[in-house]
Amino acid sequence: MNFFTRKRSAASAKERLQLVLVHDRTDLTSAQLDALKDDLLKAISQYVDIDPDSVRIGLERDGRTQRLVADIPLRNVSRHRAG
Amino acid sequence: MTAQVITITSGKGGVGKTTAVANLATALAMDGRRVVCIDGDIGLRNLDVVMGLENRIVYDIVDVIEGRCKLKQAMIRDKHYPDLYLIPAAQTRDKNSVSPSDMVRICNDLRADTDFVIIDSPAGIERGFRNAIAAADRVLLVTNPEVSAVRDADRVVGILEAEEKGNPALVINRLNPNLVKNNDMLSAEDVLDLLGIQLIGVVPEDETVIIGSNRGAPVVNDTKSRAGAAFRNIAKRLQGQDIPFMEAGQQSGLWNAIQRLAGRK
Repeated sequence: MNFFTRKRSAASAKERLQLVLVHDRTDLTSAQLDALKDDLLKAISQYVDIDPDSVRIGLERDGRTQRLVADIPLRNVSRHRAG
Repeated sequence: MTAQVITITSGKGGVGKTTAVANLATALAMDGRRVVCIDGDIGLRNLDVVMGLENRIVYDIVDVIEGRCKLKQAMIRDKHYPDLYLIPAAQTRDKNSVSPSDMVRICNDLRADTDFVIIDSPAGIERGFRNAIAAADRVLLVTNPEVSAVRDADRVVGILEAEEKGNPALVINRLNPNLVKNNDMLSAEDVLDLLGIQLIGVVPEDETVIIGSNRGAPVVNDTKSRAGAAFRNIAKRLQGQDIPFMEAGQQSGLWNAIQRLAGRK
């Protein structure tokens, strides 16, 4: 095992645990989370124009609280269209 | 004074619950407290051997519950500390021989003449665990800095929240400072950050623990044992004392250096 892989085992344990604990606590599988994202995007797209590739939706931990955090940049729409 | 009932649990087996119970109970007795420990692992009795009391058992907790003896008759006095007692588990296969209300009743009977009742929970999250937490005023959660133990500990925190038992205090057991230094073991900070609960102690991996349980003599009796020192500190925190984590002189120089690296000092 080389120096770099050795260095990383604690970090890799922590990263893996962070993911596993979020799913354990919310009882959401990765597949369900993906489906949730798709449904969210579909719903939002009915009202505003978004670029699906720049959307970020994920679960985040804050102490023992889980948050569903979404960052959804909106595409600029020319003002005169609204008038 | 009425007793505080403390349950020690973990989710995963083999992380050091029984060792923690034996050491914390002994350390509290060393500080002059009246302590009764209860082995809650029905069918897999072990606290007696770790405490060196296996040859003194006449009655067990199921004998008390089923009325074959009085509570006092099932309390085995420690060899060294006259105010330290053990109520052993039964070796019966019937896991239903103890109910949560039995545990509450036994603990309430002990409260008047005791300072601390320490309950050793079985591994898992089933009947024995439910029994063990039923009477708890406070829960200590033991884990190791290792993925499976931390994951199971997090499940237990979730169940305790759902049971409205509040958040447990965390004991990180068997931390290997050399592995942490080499970034090959989760640090105490990592585990705390993942679980999001309060810390009550970090116990370093220490071969004196195995030697102690071989002899039936908890390592808190050994003034040179680093794990023993860590358990004595946890016992003081349980008594409400504000003991700094990794106090100089309590741990080896190496341990202190690692704690400084990890930003704890």
